Amino acid sequence: MTLPQAIEKLQTHFAAAVSAPVEFRGEFTVTVNREQIAAVCAFLKAECDFAMLVDLSGVDNYGTDPRYAVVYELCSLTDRSHLRLKVSVPEDDLLVDSVTGVWRTADWHEREAFDMFGIRFRNHPNLKRILMWDGYPYHPLRKDFPLAGLPAELPATAIEAGQVQTASMNGGPFVTAPGARTAARREPRQSDTALDRQDNKGTN
Amino acid sequence: MGTIHEMELIDSAARAQQALDGELGGERMILNMGPSHPSTHGVFRLVLELDGEEISNCWPEIGYLHRGDEKIAENMTWTQFIPYTDRLDYLAPLANNVAYAYAVEKLCGITVPPRCQHIRVVCAELARISSHLLGIGAMSMDLGALTVFLYTFQQREKIYDLAELLCGARFTTSYTRIGGLANDMPADFIPMCRKFIADLPATIDEVDKLLTRNKIFVERNRDVAVLSRADAIDFGATGPILRGSGVEWDIRKARPYGGYENFQFDIPTGTVGDCMDRYLVRMEEMRQSLRILQQALDTMPGGEWNAPEAKIVLPEKKAVLTKMEELIHHFINVTQGINAPAGEVYFSAENPKGELGFYIISKGGGTPHRLKIRAPSFVNLQLVPLLAKGHMVADMVAILGSLDFVMGECDR
Repeated sequence: MTLPQAIEKLQTHFAAAVSAPVEFRGEFTVTVNREQIAAVCAFLKAECDFAMLVDLSGVDNYGTDPRYAVVYELCSLTDRSHLRLKVSVPEDDLLVDSVTGVWRTADWHEREAFDMFGIRFRNHPNLKRILMWDGYPYHPLRKDFPLAGLPAELPATAIEAGQVQTASMNGGPFVTAPGARTAARREPRQSDTALDRQDNKGTN
Repeated sequence: MGTIHEMELIDSAARAQQALDGELGGERMILNMGPSHPSTHGVFRLVLELDGEEISNCWPEIGYLHRGDEKIAENMTWTQFIPYTDRLDYLAPLANNVAYAYAVEKLCGITVPPRCQHIRVVCAELARISSHLLGIGAMSMDLGALTVFLYTFQQREKIYDLAELLCGARFTTSYTRIGGLANDMPADFIPMCRKFIADLPATIDEVDKLLTRNKIFVERNRDVAVLSRADAIDFGATGPILRGSGVEWDIRKARPYGGYENFQFDIPTGTVGDCMDRYLVRMEEMRQSLRILQQALDTMPGGEWNAPEAKIVLPEKKAVLTKMEELIHHFINVTQGINAPAGEVYFSAENPKGELGFYIISKGGGTPHRLKIRAPSFVNLQLVPLLAKGHMVADMVAILGSLDFVMGECDR
């Protein structure tokens, strides 16, 4: 299926939801209604051979309404054509349907768009920051974010955050008790303090 | 003595009961690989959940090398961004320079003269060989074959010498300009490059002998981390990883750019999609790159190396100092940047690691409104959890080696 055929098929199937294609430098861009994007992507993959999602990027058109956009670059491996889809996202409702159900590669791309622009993706399996750290308060690729950055607290280390507990030294870093009954007792670690308390209770 | 007797007293039925109660089994260990494990090709953290020695789950964490290249690009002129492209895939900076230049030229709607195209082909193929030499060297070193790394690095050194001859810098080349090149290829480049082309096959054969039928190497790679054709496409894998899974997809053939349609070369593909196939694809790609290099040098056209676009290409320095017109163009191009037309383009080139794409939105003027870098390593790394599950910790090293990623371009 050639690209004009695919676009025509898309337009007949989603008459109300897609715009007329815009051509620039031999590339075609179709603007899609925000509500329909997942359905359009599924249709293009299943019916028009667009097997690969090459790229997905957020865009901030600061000062215009709607302010944000999400851009999808689709690629067909059979006839080598390229199609761009575009969805506008208003500032007061930063939500787009995820296309991770259509292409699994969208996972990290959508996380990046969320991280950099704050655009949220409905039904995304794991929508959290990817390049910046969890808990970072800004979205750096927004146009109103300064190039020099803004001060922010650095993330706590795993130990500070209590995710990891350091082993109690018990007299040295590599203390072992060969011959003890369980692995926990042969290699005393953090949990031993609890075990010790139990033992103490037993002997008392 | 007493304790040993006690241990023996636990009979098998009690042991089975213990296992059922989850006292012996079921303990999952969390192991961190990284953030700077030497085999991880950059600062990259991998959190592994282990069931014994088997990887039951894994979570890659990236972003340690995030420098905000896309944000920086929005705040500088088109030409000023060229040095930043060196630092994407810093194992093949020449190829990034070439891809970025073509992307902006596509936006501006200009084509470069044949001599420039040929020189850029030479740059891109040298970069491919350089990247694959490192990829294979590092992969084999991680798997315990240290010698190979030394052989491949010897040849990479010669590629650095060639880059130095070409543009003065060995590593951060910044060789291309919008609409041309920083300077013409020097006269003694071609004989030196021919010598390199003549010498390299011996090294490739040597590596071939050391690895391809090496029992240890084969057993650690064959049938490890098999990536099916469907998964590869679904995950957007490109480059040797996609081709290793048997998909004949190479942008140089599929959507030829920069005169690649004039060169004879083959696209190697794998049949299984395991680590071994990805390695074999890279080996063959180096040989094919040599073919392209040979043809490019044989048919190197003469003439201009910059496009005749006075409003885009920087004029010659000598002319700037003596001629009014050139002085004005130089001043405008440097201070305000190239006045690119408004519009949006996506250009992608076949880089050593896969498809490097630039999605550019221009509102007109000297700076991009948005410049998105579609980095192959970013997309390819997403495969790690899929490939790693069910394998041993030791296989992880082979998997990472066969993915051959670089964090500079992944984190941008």
